[in-house]
Amino acid sequence: MSIISKEDLLNKQKEVQDTINTYTCRVLVCSGTGCMASGAQKIYDEMVKLCADLDGVQVEMQKDIPHLGVVKTGCQGLCELGPLMRIQPYDYQYVHVQVEDCKEIVDRTVLAGQPVERLFYRDHEEVCPHPDDIPFLNQQTRIVLENCGKIDAESIDEYIAAGGFQAMAKAFFDMTPQDVIDEVTKSGLRGRGGAGFPAGKKWGQVARQKETTRYVVCNGDEGDPGAFMDGSVMEGDPYKMIEGMVIAAYAVGAENGYIYVRAEYPLSVQRLRMAIEQAEAYGLLGTNILGSGVNFYLHINRGAGAFVCGEGSALTASIEGNRGMPRVKPPRTVEKGLWEKPTVLNNVETYANVPKIILQGADWFRTIGTEGSPGTKTFSLTGAIENTGLIEVPMGTNLRHIIYDIGGGLKSGTAFKGVQIGGPSGGCLIDEQLDQPLDFDSVKKLDAIMGSGGLVVMDENTCMVEVARFFMSFTQRESCGKCVPCREGTKRMLEILERIVAGKGEMSDLDELEELATMVQSMALCGLGKSAPLPVISTLKRFRNEYEEHIRDKKCRAKVCTALRQFHINEEFCIGCGKCAKNCPAGAITGKIKHPYHINNDLCIKCGACKDNCNFDAIYVEA
Amino acid sequence: MLDQSYYRKTDEIIEHYGRKAASLIPIMQDIQAEYRYLPGELLTYVASEIGVTEAKAFSVATFYENFSFEPKGKYIIKVCDGTACHVRKSMPVKEALMKELGLSHKKHTTDDMMFTVETVSCLGACGLAPTLTVNDEVHPKMTPEKAVELLEELRGEKA
Repeated sequence: MSIISKEDLLNKQKEVQDTINTYTCRVLVCSGTGCMASGAQKIYDEMVKLCADLDGVQVEMQKDIPHLGVVKTGCQGLCELGPLMRIQPYDYQYVHVQVEDCKEIVDRTVLAGQPVERLFYRDHEEVCPHPDDIPFLNQQTRIVLENCGKIDAESIDEYIAAGGFQAMAKAFFDMTPQDVIDEVTKSGLRGRGGAGFPAGKKWGQVARQKETTRYVVCNGDEGDPGAFMDGSVMEGDPYKMIEGMVIAAYAVGAENGYIYVRAEYPLSVQRLRMAIEQAEAYGLLGTNILGSGVNFYLHINRGAGAFVCGEGSALTASIEGNRGMPRVKPPRTVEKGLWEKPTVLNNVETYANVPKIILQGADWFRTIGTEGSPGTKTFSLTGAIENTGLIEVPMGTNLRHIIYDIGGGLKSGTAFKGVQIGGPSGGCLIDEQLDQPLDFDSVKKLDAIMGSGGLVVMDENTCMVEVARFFMSFTQRESCGKCVPCREGTKRMLEILERIVAGKGEMSDLDELEELATMVQSMALCGLGKSAPLPVISTLKRFRNEYEEHIRDKKCRAKVCTALRQFHINEEFCIGCGKCAKNCPAGAITGKIKHPYHINNDLCIKCGACKDNCNFDAIYVEA
Repeated sequence: MLDQSYYRKTDEIIEHYGRKAASLIPIMQDIQAEYRYLPGELLTYVASEIGVTEAKAFSVATFYENFSFEPKGKYIIKVCDGTACHVRKSMPVKEALMKELGLSHKKHTTDDMMFTVETVSCLGACGLAPTLTVNDEVHPKMTPEKAVELLEELRGEKA
């Protein structure tokens, strides 16, 4: 059953919409990575089982399109409160749904339209029955994620019903390839992968190359630890990004496209494969799409666990079957990319923005966000924050709004210390910078980068020196080893940081760190190396006192650095059982039975065995 | 010497991706998915079949962290140490697992070939940090205690 013309597509849309309209009730089970981890599959199976027994009176289960009554959606946003479930047309949002709740949900909501109040989200005391009542969700602007959590992530029909592939049809029949490039250029869409290069300009450069074999490549190698936005888009609405790629291919005259997905995202790979198969079956990918004469074939490549493959030239090398090592530029990817051919390389979120720009126009897009960075940005909000999850806000929104109004502030009882933006290539921002607008250019001024959009909030229990060591150990491990500044520089920086957290640092180490940081930043071959020192630079600048405390006072105020911890025995609680002394591998604990014991901190190796073994909570740690 | 069945399976995989240099990585991925590691003999075989040098094949295999020439356990436990998991204390979870299984920073797999413990940089379930996966199944909000309980459960499955 192919869709071979624009009319066919409109008919199909109407047909699916009509079918959906006949359903008296739709159960949307969130099936993003987060909720799947919390047991969403079991909830889904249970709901399907319970609803299938209903004789189809209230819930119409379409036989040839399974699961249309009970569907698996992409991320609904509030990952921490999963498994999540929405029920239409009542628009109820349930949180923390358990298998045992399903029967009640079917009896009360599906059959009778009544809510199960105990499953509603509570914002402090206030009950929030609908997604729009929840502060985390109602303060977002969803363009890229508009379908995510609302449609079946495994059904192309639902995407078509929601207006899917209309932008592609508009591009094919109402616009020339140059019109498409002009519209995207005019929209001011900038690459969402981190650097923020204007997408339209990139496409224009590829279109102008003499070589006529061209490729369109999607970077889905979201390697930044602490970022899962692109993964959520691939899982939650794979069709949108595919449509964006077809439009890009039409604009630059490419017949083949590749999506490079990181190995740690098995669900993304599975949903993309499903999406491509369905699109091929409808003829929305392949030869002569919609009878327009445009051919486009889409392939998936899985990454193999190398962070550096997020860099353009390393990524294309990996698709070619080589070691994923960046090369010297120029020539740039737009001139010689995949197999030495002109290549458009954008990330997932960039492509997912394209369909709506084509449909609603550049002028509409520019009404959102800032002058220099139009549109929205997705962020994954994680760390020491009340509401973790996936968000999308206009560019230019400030971090204070994101952390306190959307994220609900810090986890109860802790104080804000910093927020890491841009992962291991980014920087750490402090309270006084939270009012700055978030867009590509302003973030750069703060010694950080937008990166792909991971936001990790840190509280007073986080040691900033240890965080810097953590990022450096990551980049050092992921350094491909091709250029000396990165290979050696990150290694030496890591050694210094390891010394400092072990309490063996010297004040001169800080100068050396700064010198090495500048050297690596200015001389490394690729973006991974150039940005690797940023976490060190920004923490040195903003948390220098913590570095100094580690070195001078041998103190870690967050009590994180094991080597700097001091163990003590609280004489009030110690009953003198002697268990700690027996378990101490260093013989540092002495005392008399039935009298409080004592720890000699000169002998103590800080292993914590005493604390783990004390049955009376008598051992405490001092920074 | 590997059993003939290994080569037959490898032939199937090679057929699926085609005899070309660009197929090297997906072929290695499928072999590893099948056997939980990449037997060196098979890589030599693949190289000759798809027309790349043996040196090239090994240089690619050793570049990517996911490929392992060492056989792995029945349950591969990957403890996430992405930023979000790290600040929510993922390392004590890994240490508890290693201690319980008698593993060290040099020894990743138990002698009975039941468990392999590794670190991974972000699984994309940061909202539920700290997380770990057992053969790609994600377990959210871990603690050292929950991790040890999980081992008990997995051992129970064996019995």
